[in-house]
Amino acid sequence: MQVLAEVSGNITAIAYGVATLGPGIGVGMIFGQGVQAIARQPEAYNLIRQNMLLGFVLVEALALIGLVAPFIFSAL
Amino acid sequence: MITPTLLLATLPFKAPEPGGFHAPGPDIFELPPLWEGAPTWLTKPTLLAMFSAVLLVVLFWGAFGNPKIVPRGLQNIGEIGYMFVREQVGRPFLGKDTDRFMPLLVSIFFMVLVWNLMGVIPFIQFPVASHIAFPIVLAVSVYLLRIVLGMKIQGPIGFFKNMMFPPGVPKAVYILLAPIEFLSNLILAPATHALRLFANMFAGHMILAFFSAVGFYFIFEDFGLLGLPVGVLGTVMTILMTALEIFIQFLQAFLFAMLAAMYIGNALHAEH
Repeated sequence: MQVLAEVSGNITAIAYGVATLGPGIGVGMIFGQGVQAIARQPEAYNLIRQNMLLGFVLVEALALIGLVAPFIFSAL
Repeated sequence: MITPTLLLATLPFKAPEPGGFHAPGPDIFELPPLWEGAPTWLTKPTLLAMFSAVLLVVLFWGAFGNPKIVPRGLQNIGEIGYMFVREQVGRPFLGKDTDRFMPLLVSIFFMVLVWNLMGVIPFIQFPVASHIAFPIVLAVSVYLLRIVLGMKIQGPIGFFKNMMFPPGVPKAVYILLAPIEFLSNLILAPATHALRLFANMFAGHMILAFFSAVGFYFIFEDFGLLGLPVGVLGTVMTILMTALEIFIQFLQAFLFAMLAAMYIGNALHAEH
């Protein structure tokens, strides 16, 4: 078979780059909207920040799974 | 005339490595035992973990060992820390049960915070939590506490029923929801609890090591027209990244304690 294009080296770096796209958008939206909510309702700061951090934690989990996935699947 | 290259030749730096600059890899986390003939487990992270524990005991003993009604000195700082954990970590998730779990939450928060700060203290500069064993121990302890507490308070069946079958959902959705809830609560939650701390500290330490290696290599070893600006950039980035790292270390300690409080809160009262 004729090889037209080839990627050499460690492609897990590319995979992780792709895996950060979604969490990156998510974190941006969470904090952007969180700041907006605080600007509209400064007295609800504690409640908003708590929920903002909860959402951040859940979204960040995806990026973390992306980070460890190459280590898990390298053994397979 | 003394050129910078001549000056550097007299300094005890090793010659430029053949093949140019090498970025530091994950092998910077593989540390040998502290001295020749020491037990293999006695490495820098274990020593730092023991040192952090002793440091915390001394600090909190100094703050609360002999408490006064009008706090002075160390007790002031200790009370600010305690109040922070109680108001920001405990109260939102545990409500009136907060005081029962304060010893655990304060220990977790300050333990993780000191572990993380070891990563930016000059000459120590190694975040303990960048070895995954340390966060795993903390996360597994919280996980076991959560399951035991949940089964004790909600009953063995009630605990799983409340977890997998939250009320207020159409019956058919449970086919999808129950496995997802089971997976996310019993497997993904504890795994990401430990991984989050580990991955942040691991990545942060790598970033700092990379930029300081760039700074050192291009200023001291490959001194050229192009080398100096790159080296200065690396050094400046090291300083900026250290500031960012301190913020992230604090945030991760806070999130770790916050999630611990949330999991314990889930065990104490089922979600409605």
